[in-house]
Amino acid sequence: MSSALGILSSRTAVFRWGLELTSFLSRLGKTWLSVRPRMESGGRQHAGRSTSFSADFVKSGTAQRRSRTGTRAFGDGKSKEAEIKRINKELANIRSKFKGDKALDGYSKKKYVCKLLFIFLLGHDIDFGHMEAVNLLSSNKYTEKQIGYLFISVLVNSNSELIRLINNAIKNDLASRNPTFMCLALHCIANVGSREMGEAFAADIPRILVAGDSMDSVKQSAALCLLRLYKASPDLVPMGEWTARVVHLLNDQHMGVVTAAVSLITCLCKKNPDDFKTCVSLAVSRLSRIVSSASTDLQDYTYYFVPAPWLSVKLLRLLQCYPPPEDAAVRGRLVECLETVLNKAQEPPKSKKVQHSNARNAALLESISLIMHYDSEPNLLVRACNQLGQFLQHRETNLRYLALESMCTLASSEFSHEAVKTHIDTVINALKTERDVSVRQRAADLLYAMCDRSNAKQIVSEMLRYLETADYAIREEIVLKVAILAEKYAVDYSWYVDTILNLIRIAGDYVSEEVWYRVLQIVTNRDDVQGYAAKTVFEALQAPACHENMVKVGGYILGEFGNLIAGDPRSSPPVQFSLLHSKFHLCSVATRALLLSTYIKFINLFPETKATIQGVLRAGAQLRNADVELQQRAVEYLTLSSVASTDVLATVLEEMPPFPERESSILAKLKRKKGPGAGSALEDGRRDPSSSDINGGVEATPSAVSTPSPSADLLGLRAAPPPAAPPAPAGAGSLLVDVFSDGPAQPSLGPTPEEAFLSELEPPAPESPMALLADPAPAADPGPEDIGPPIPEADELLNKFVCKNNGVLFENQLLQIGVKSEFRQNLGRMYLFYGNKTSVQFQSFSPTVIHPGDLQTQLAVQTKRVAAQVDGGAQVQQVLNIECLRDFLTPPLLSVRFRYGGAPQSLTLKLPVTINKFFQPTEMAAQDFFQRWKQLSLPLQEAQKIFKANHPMDAEVTKAKLLGFGSALLDNVDPNPENFVGAGIIQTKALQVGCLLRLEPNAQAQMYRLTLRTSKEPVSRHLCELLAQQF
Amino acid sequence: MQFMLLFSRQGKLRLQKWYVPLSDKEKKKITRELVQTVLARKPKMCSFLEWRDLKIVYKRYASLYFCCAIEDQDNELITLEIIHRYVELLDKYFGSVCELDIIFNFEKAYFILDEFLLGGEVQETSKKNVLKAIEQADLLQEKTENMYHSKSFIGCKRAY
Repeated sequence: MSSALGILSSRTAVFRWGLELTSFLSRLGKTWLSVRPRMESGGRQHAGRSTSFSADFVKSGTAQRRSRTGTRAFGDGKSKEAEIKRINKELANIRSKFKGDKALDGYSKKKYVCKLLFIFLLGHDIDFGHMEAVNLLSSNKYTEKQIGYLFISVLVNSNSELIRLINNAIKNDLASRNPTFMCLALHCIANVGSREMGEAFAADIPRILVAGDSMDSVKQSAALCLLRLYKASPDLVPMGEWTARVVHLLNDQHMGVVTAAVSLITCLCKKNPDDFKTCVSLAVSRLSRIVSSASTDLQDYTYYFVPAPWLSVKLLRLLQCYPPPEDAAVRGRLVECLETVLNKAQEPPKSKKVQHSNARNAALLESISLIMHYDSEPNLLVRACNQLGQFLQHRETNLRYLALESMCTLASSEFSHEAVKTHIDTVINALKTERDVSVRQRAADLLYAMCDRSNAKQIVSEMLRYLETADYAIREEIVLKVAILAEKYAVDYSWYVDTILNLIRIAGDYVSEEVWYRVLQIVTNRDDVQGYAAKTVFEALQAPACHENMVKVGGYILGEFGNLIAGDPRSSPPVQFSLLHSKFHLCSVATRALLLSTYIKFINLFPETKATIQGVLRAGAQLRNADVELQQRAVEYLTLSSVASTDVLATVLEEMPPFPERESSILAKLKRKKGPGAGSALEDGRRDPSSSDINGGVEATPSAVSTPSPSADLLGLRAAPPPAAPPAPAGAGSLLVDVFSDGPAQPSLGPTPEEAFLSELEPPAPESPMALLADPAPAADPGPEDIGPPIPEADELLNKFVCKNNGVLFENQLLQIGVKSEFRQNLGRMYLFYGNKTSVQFQSFSPTVIHPGDLQTQLAVQTKRVAAQVDGGAQVQQVLNIECLRDFLTPPLLSVRFRYGGAPQSLTLKLPVTINKFFQPTEMAAQDFFQRWKQLSLPLQEAQKIFKANHPMDAEVTKAKLLGFGSALLDNVDPNPENFVGAGIIQTKALQVGCLLRLEPNAQAQMYRLTLRTSKEPVSRHLCELLAQQF
Repeated sequence: MQFMLLFSRQGKLRLQKWYVPLSDKEKKKITRELVQTVLARKPKMCSFLEWRDLKIVYKRYASLYFCCAIEDQDNELITLEIIHRYVELLDKYFGSVCELDIIFNFEKAYFILDEFLLGGEVQETSKKNVLKAIEQADLLQEKTENMYHSKSFIGCKRAY
């Protein structure tokens, strides 16, 4: 009892100090966290009395202090100041103790280090004491060591000098064979997890983990410690024979060891699925034992009558890293497990506690995730859907939220889509009545996901209604969703036009350019809706206050199709004009510019308005407008209208040609906003092929190979052929483009100059380039058998062209082959220049392109024939048209054969066409990048390589190479400015593959780490290999 | 799990545990942002929210908020029960735990957390096993302290 008194006094001192510096205490009584009525504790077994004694002491101490300091801290407003003053005094005191001549004993050191921690945790900065904490590590007193480790875990970043000392102490503790010390050391490594620690211990920890004589608690800590190191620096953790033994930890007697091991395996197997394949059957049998156990079998691992919920969830997560088990017995057992879980959900709860239902439902929802991951058991999918349907009306908000979320995924499975649809009324009701905005958001997502032709009208109108009251933060997304659904499932286009105009009316501010561009594109392309559109916008514009976006849409549509409603005296040309012009002054410059274009179009459509409009254009406000664009338009249009004859005017101001149907820019935008999953509703084009005739914009090529999973087309626009050639209206067309240069539709107006570039190169043949390319087998293609293998240096030569398009491909004493190429979307054109370096004519000169293996179905190369003779010193040129049909791995071969002085020569090279040539750079913000990066987290989607630098590590050169590779370089994405981050889409005819890449140079080690994530596994690996050779 | 924060209704941070490397500045920013977001939510709202590209799971116990950030594929409900199990552990150890216990015995709160969660993953879910580990440590502590016959410092609770 004597020592207790001592403690009492010192505790009082500490508390006084603590109380004075924390004003909050004055407001704080003893507030119980009250976890539960103390039911299972018959008494506190450990140090029972002292605990309650201390607790009582805290209570009484607090109460006492409160009454005394309360008045002081209340209302004087200086408490914060006083706190800082008090802390500074204390810090000065500690500093002087640390610096003092007298060496501190371990106990005092511990005390002061602990005080520093306390101060830090109160939110103040601590810049000393690290050394003292490190000293504590080598103490042989447990408490001192423990406080030292705690300080380091909380406060030390990778401060290199200290890390060395810390590592030393850890090393000693790991070698101590004292399990308590070992665990402390392992916890510290897991808490700090820095690279330096990884370098020091990554090789030791696997050994500790699988050693036969390690205590269970040490194994548990070692497993998770290794996991943390692996997450921080995967390259440091060597795979080896221990991996097999780690898998067998799944069989361990000790549930805690299994729990820790599953986490480790789940992480490791993502990178090396094959190494860990055996874990599937082990996990299934473990899971099966848990699921079928009675609620008391597992003793302390049963949580509120649920057997081992954490372990079950982890096992189910692990199984989601793999496809369904191939072994029928294992698969059967797993299906049985999943059925049992679903069955148990129907049983009455064993306890009314929320913990019971949470734990049970956690396992249930994870099982449903697994069922969705497999997406192959229709029966289970439907059952899962019914279960979630019950949750939709559960009284727990949490469960409703999760059910809505999970159902989104179910909606995209063909087996359960219909079952999800039956819940539409409940979901709509949730959208209307849920009080929590995040739940409403989930409901909106689900409506979007379950939408198809049959329910589109209902869903769109509900979403429109929701939009009126929706949270500002999510309005833009809802607008995009409505716009997409309206377009995709439009049966008649008047409904579509109404919907979009409603969108603008309700949430004009959130209607982005993409949305109203799209409505213009569609109206322009469909003459059956033009009259209706003109009438509707005219009516909409009559509202006294209408959104500027409405003016833009209205201006454009009336300028194009105003003539269709001009017959009605209520919307005669002068009425239309004055209606538009009444909005003119309230609009921004961009809109006014658009309206000026509308006016000149009016002069063409309605000659009777010419005088009025010329008057407007001539007015000083326009002709001398401070804005250059407006002024220029006014001047040009005025002149055009007075100089040009009616015919010329009619040609110049002809109705806009149809837009090339490529892709819905809105969809792209939504995907940018939400990542791949968001597009799931649109993936179901497969189910609904009829939609393509009306809604061609979204699915330009319904025959395109459908993507296997929603995440497959990352930035994913359906593949669509690029515009073949500029639209015909010769001369006038291009003038229009110019005139409208700043106009609304510019971004999608026909081909851009760059696009036209390729088209201009097309031979003047009447067929479209697509038709030319459609026949991939050139007549003179010899069978592969008479082609020699590529020359030994072919790979090296190919590598030179991965990041560049032009250069010398090959050279020997006779022949030089030069390459010039360009690629756009999934098309490419390559010029090969064969130079005869001798003075003698080459005879029977025949270069051919061969597609080894499957390449023929992946890449179409059409060659033009070249002359059979190449004179000495002359150069001949060969043109190749290339079309990428789908992703490919091997390049085509180029075989060149000729006779030189009678001797046959033959040479086989690899044609420098690699998949990255069809890369289209994609800019995105950091947030989008990371979101997408995360979404591509399946083990096979990532490829990583760590390699030594072969060239000097120059950031500029690296940048140039990455750009040459084809990806966009994204700045300010990677927290480390040394690293490079890029993104792009590989365009092929059949599909598009989104690619994200990250290159981390390590100048010290002269190494790089390259990580690629794409939606297609072979592509990740292939790109990674290609690119790794470039540095 | 990426991190766990405990903070009071007044927004005072009581315990922080980070399982991903972040700079102090980022940690402070995240803390500020999350404390604000979570405190602004009403009692009946759901315990999950999307935040940046993470999922936040939080629960309030008396005056303290327990708030975990988990990744996209992690299970929200089981995370709620991680929080609950941690509170149970604290409760059992301290005996009807209150905010003050965590303030003044922060080191114990950390030790218990390390036994339960390591590197952001559940290490040991058995209440008995976790508390046994802590008790063993406490026994070691008692031995040293008896040896010392020394005075105590903050939070040395466990001595006769």
